[in-house]
Amino acid sequence: MSETPTNPRYAPGTHPDLPPPRRTTGALGWVRSNLLSSPLNVALTLLSVWLLWTILPPSIHWLFTGAIWTAVDRKECWALMDAPRDGACWAFIRGSFELFVYGWYPEPERWRVNLTFILFIAAIVGGLRENIPGKKYWLIFAAAYPFIAAWLLLGGFGLEPVGTNKLGGILLTLVVAVTGISFSLPLGIALALGRRSNLPALRGVCVIFIEFIRGVPLITLLFVASTMLTYFLPPGSTFDLLMRVLIMVTLFASAYIAEVVRGGLQGLSSGQYEAADALGLSYWKAHRLVILPQALKISIPGIVNTFIGSFKDSTLVLIIGMMDILGLGRARLNDPEWLGLAPELYIFISLFFFISCFAMSRYSLNLEKKLQTGHKS
Amino acid sequence: MNQETSVSPIGSRLNESDSKIISIKGMHKWFGDFHVLKDINLEVAKSERIVICGPSGSGKSTLIRCINRLEEHQQGSIIVDGTELTQDLKNIEIIRSEVGMVFQQFNLFPHLSVLDNVTLAPIWVRKLPRAEAEEQAMQYLERVKIPEQASKYPGQLSGGQQQRVAIARSLCMNPRIMLFDEPTSALDPEMIKEVLDVMIELAESGMTMLVVTHEMGFATAVADRVIFMDEGEIIEEKPPKDFFENPEHDRTKLFLSQILHH
Repeated sequence: MSETPTNPRYAPGTHPDLPPPRRTTGALGWVRSNLLSSPLNVALTLLSVWLLWTILPPSIHWLFTGAIWTAVDRKECWALMDAPRDGACWAFIRGSFELFVYGWYPEPERWRVNLTFILFIAAIVGGLRENIPGKKYWLIFAAAYPFIAAWLLLGGFGLEPVGTNKLGGILLTLVVAVTGISFSLPLGIALALGRRSNLPALRGVCVIFIEFIRGVPLITLLFVASTMLTYFLPPGSTFDLLMRVLIMVTLFASAYIAEVVRGGLQGLSSGQYEAADALGLSYWKAHRLVILPQALKISIPGIVNTFIGSFKDSTLVLIIGMMDILGLGRARLNDPEWLGLAPELYIFISLFFFISCFAMSRYSLNLEKKLQTGHKS
Repeated sequence: MNQETSVSPIGSRLNESDSKIISIKGMHKWFGDFHVLKDINLEVAKSERIVICGPSGSGKSTLIRCINRLEEHQQGSIIVDGTELTQDLKNIEIIRSEVGMVFQQFNLFPHLSVLDNVTLAPIWVRKLPRAEAEEQAMQYLERVKIPEQASKYPGQLSGGQQQRVAIARSLCMNPRIMLFDEPTSALDPEMIKEVLDVMIELAESGMTMLVVTHEMGFATAVADRVIFMDEGEIIEEKPPKDFFENPEHDRTKLFLSQILHH
């Protein structure tokens, strides 16, 4: 703390705006105030440095410098290392990469999967970017995307039909997760509005649905989808397993979305409803133009939280025998050529999920910042 | 729509029923068991300016909120501009688009710019083309003297500016009646005048106005009638000069002595 310099006196009404008192700035100042500000902090800093010193070099060696990228099986991997398991055998992931991405999708038709991925990126970017020329057409495209994707992946109408049992790996994970996410939002909003409706019957149906779905574990619903639903369907009719799973995953996510959106709706003051009513806006117009834009904005963190949750929950489909990236990876571990390479597999899968979820999380922060119009000031 | 019929100035009333733009007869309202409005009878002529005052909880806000059906009455009738307020949603929408309302808390839409706030209803309810709606919006923003704020968001404006935007937003629907629910009560003292000036200008233009307020200066300057309410009843109604100089009821006298003595 430096001594306050004697400020000159000013006549009333003439005091100029002065710069704030100077603080310790720059890199050294940051280190001093954040890392070395007290004896305890000094000790913690030293401990952290020591931990990093012992953990980082071997990790880097195992992950990168000592790792083997090309080999036909684990024996060759280990022969190439100074000692077996001295480094990661990424050759395992490289060798299985196509299987992990496409599952058993027939090789000559894989361009369809690639095109679906590319269109997916286009739909995401076009649908979410604010200032993109022809925004309206991008939105229509994004809305039509699930149907285009279904056609591309499953075929028919001029394309070679591919059974849903051929889907696997990252492809299956994305199909389950993206379907669940994109259909649960509109359904969840509808349920939230229904739960706040003045019509007792509609409200009752929505409450029962939400509470029932939230009260049952997703795994149970998946078992219902895989076994019980066939009892309710007319004998002889087949209803695709993947389709049943997609419906269950969507319903499950929508119940959570509904509660998140309801929270957002309750965060609005009644004055917003009254002002919209007083201007003569109908229920639908008021919700579309005034209520939902604000309620959804408040709900963004909760909605994205639910999205991330359902993205990761999509791995539960392996319990009913569907081979998503986790199921397929685990099956691959039993392959005699790659026996025992679990660390490589789980690091790869974790990285895939982390990148996807982190991207969603960053996007939502970005969106919140962009929608901030300063009314909380 | 009967928008093109010009608003007749006060005094040139041809016949009684024609000139009554609001007619409330034997109206009662309850909140649960609580009897908020008791046997309200009120007729308002075209271009009439009415100030409603009374202690808090007297039902004055509820009364004007019944006129555009933000509150539902349970007995009696309310006829606004020839349309009776019933359960019929179509009627309610018609009346709401003819009756403007300004709230104590402004209730601007914080996610929309000032211009979008003001053009929202003309575009979506009146189906005006955007260009036309914006042109009209700028005229009204000029009338309330803040055209330069059109691209800002409500959160960036002062309370007085927000309330003037709220008035412009209502005026853009070309309402035949304007309801004001304590429009200056949430404002800092130095901003009250800018809002009252806009309201006075509006009154001079011949708008039918019902104003719930404690601004007695405004009542004296503008009102044709002052209505005093207490415990859900209309206690007294008189021209402002009479009202302030010769209040009849003890309750009115007590109220006036309380609000004029500070």
